[in-house]
Amino acid sequence: MRLHRQGQVGIFVVGAVALQLALVAAGKGFLLTQLTMAAYYTLAVLGISLLMGYAGQISLGHAGFFAVGGYTSALLTTFDLGPQRARPLVSALEQAGLLVARADGYGGEVLAVHPVAAALCAVALAMALALAVGVPVLRLKGHYLAMATLGIGTIVYSVVLGTSWLGSADGIAGVPPFPLPGGASVGGRAGGRVVNYYVAVLLLSAAMLGLLNLVQARVGRALRAIHGAEDAAGAMGVDTARLKLGTFVLSAALAAVAGVFLTHYNGGIGPSEASTMKSVKYMAIVAVGGMGSLWGTLGMSLALNFLSLRGTFGVFDDAVFGLSLVAIMLFAPEGLLALEPRRALAALRERLGGAGEAPR
Amino acid sequence: MTPFLEVSGVSKRFGGVQAVSDVSFTLRRGAIKAVIGPNGAGKTTLFNMVSGFSTPDRGAITFAGRPIHGLQPHEVAARGISRTFQNIRLFARMTALENVMVGRHLRSRAGFLAGLLDLSWSRREAAAVRAAALEVMAFLGIEGLADAEATSLAYGQQRAVELARALAAGPELVLLDEPAAGLNMRETRDLARLITRVRDQGATVLLVEHDMSLVMEICDEVLVLASGEKIAEADPGTVQRDPQVIKVYLGEEEAC
Repeated sequence: MRLHRQGQVGIFVVGAVALQLALVAAGKGFLLTQLTMAAYYTLAVLGISLLMGYAGQISLGHAGFFAVGGYTSALLTTFDLGPQRARPLVSALEQAGLLVARADGYGGEVLAVHPVAAALCAVALAMALALAVGVPVLRLKGHYLAMATLGIGTIVYSVVLGTSWLGSADGIAGVPPFPLPGGASVGGRAGGRVVNYYVAVLLLSAAMLGLLNLVQARVGRALRAIHGAEDAAGAMGVDTARLKLGTFVLSAALAAVAGVFLTHYNGGIGPSEASTMKSVKYMAIVAVGGMGSLWGTLGMSLALNFLSLRGTFGVFDDAVFGLSLVAIMLFAPEGLLALEPRRALAALRERLGGAGEAPR
Repeated sequence: MTPFLEVSGVSKRFGGVQAVSDVSFTLRRGAIKAVIGPNGAGKTTLFNMVSGFSTPDRGAITFAGRPIHGLQPHEVAARGISRTFQNIRLFARMTALENVMVGRHLRSRAGFLAGLLDLSWSRREAAAVRAAALEVMAFLGIEGLADAEATSLAYGQQRAVELARALAAGPELVLLDEPAAGLNMRETRDLARLITRVRDQGATVLLVEHDMSLVMEICDEVLVLASGEKIAEADPGTVQRDPQVIKVYLGEEEAC
């Protein structure tokens, strides 16, 4: 089983390498940019897949967690602490190596939080927020989490849109690259496209392997048990509220990681990343990919996000995701990949045939 | 010595229905006790209160000297009480083996981090859980069903898987809610032998049952409920001769 999971992820990596080589060979290397962004969004979507498919909970606020991650990183890595250098706290942070100075492009110098430290803060903040929402809400049975997260998403959106030091409608720009070992970095630097693509692919693969491990492990088995018969799971000692909470916090952390890296990649973040429509989009992708099907979600998310980022759907982008959510719920609630064409056709024929049958 | 399980003066009302009123009984360690009574006598309500699925309006339940009324089901399970359900509640979309493995949930501890990282100790633990689940299934003679999807099995087999799941937890007290319901005579005889063996391995058994032959054959004590009240509590032979019991319960059957 273990080799099986590693093999699947290995095939995915090989496919990603083949795609990169083919695109570059075809002179379409610029497409890697949208693929990289799609990979980061997919990281967030995978967490929601786990939450919806395994914990049976719906979140309408994951764009909020994504934005908490992205904005925290953006703010901490761009806010100039230079003028406060004399203060004991700032100098202590600088001594500890948590602050870095860099040229601001105008001949001056910016002293800001190291991207790695900022990223850790960002993910921790998103997890703390998820914990604060989840603890009271997940004790209740039913879909209260959908409502609570809808509220949180709306609040995050309003806050980033209405706060001047978060850039209001413009968001935060000038976010420095995220340094990686070996001199590479996650950022918008020209020429770094291929490296960035591979960083995103590796991050996504690692998350995928982790989640595949998790759903086969004790926690995943207990989550599936909750989905199968919640009362019986309780009778076996499964603390359902706690497991749902853990899944929710994990999914928020994944969204925040995605937000952090996409913000570094794009060099900034804007309020649209926090909008409720983004959350709905994530949810629609999970539904299309098949709730609880991590590979289905991954494939659908990469494809749909890529097409959306390429502008394929034009002004109908939101409508496409809304419509696909409705269509999936009506015709293939198990997800597109779970649809067996032959059986679906047979069902359709039966439905139509009922009307056209010869009278007896 | 304090009784193993002590239920004292519990009552439960649902709207205008007094489902259980002022019921007290004790259960000693190593015994097999049945709760019998006509439909609507409050047997399942009493069971649900012992297993944490509902909280008594009044009264107390102590297990091994500690109060358990008002605890959540998973907390009651953590005290060593395991149950089955009258309407079989197997986990859908999971194999029979996986169902039984969930029964080992409290006997293992790998959490989110161990699961994500597939740590070597959690892999060893998972292998041990699997082995223990298979062992319980072998004990019940259903190891051949391990890889079948649990909810697709025949009714009697589903009952067996549910029993295996409850036993996999290694409980001190097993609550069986109508374990013989829907079983044929041969299956019921097998079940009787099985319950006796479970007791012989050190567990205490409390069961709700309609099948009188099963109750009379294996139980040390019988508690009779009628309309939410206790009307008798004694060994099977005495209960069988109790005029009040004959009137409300057995009498009805003889009249048929």
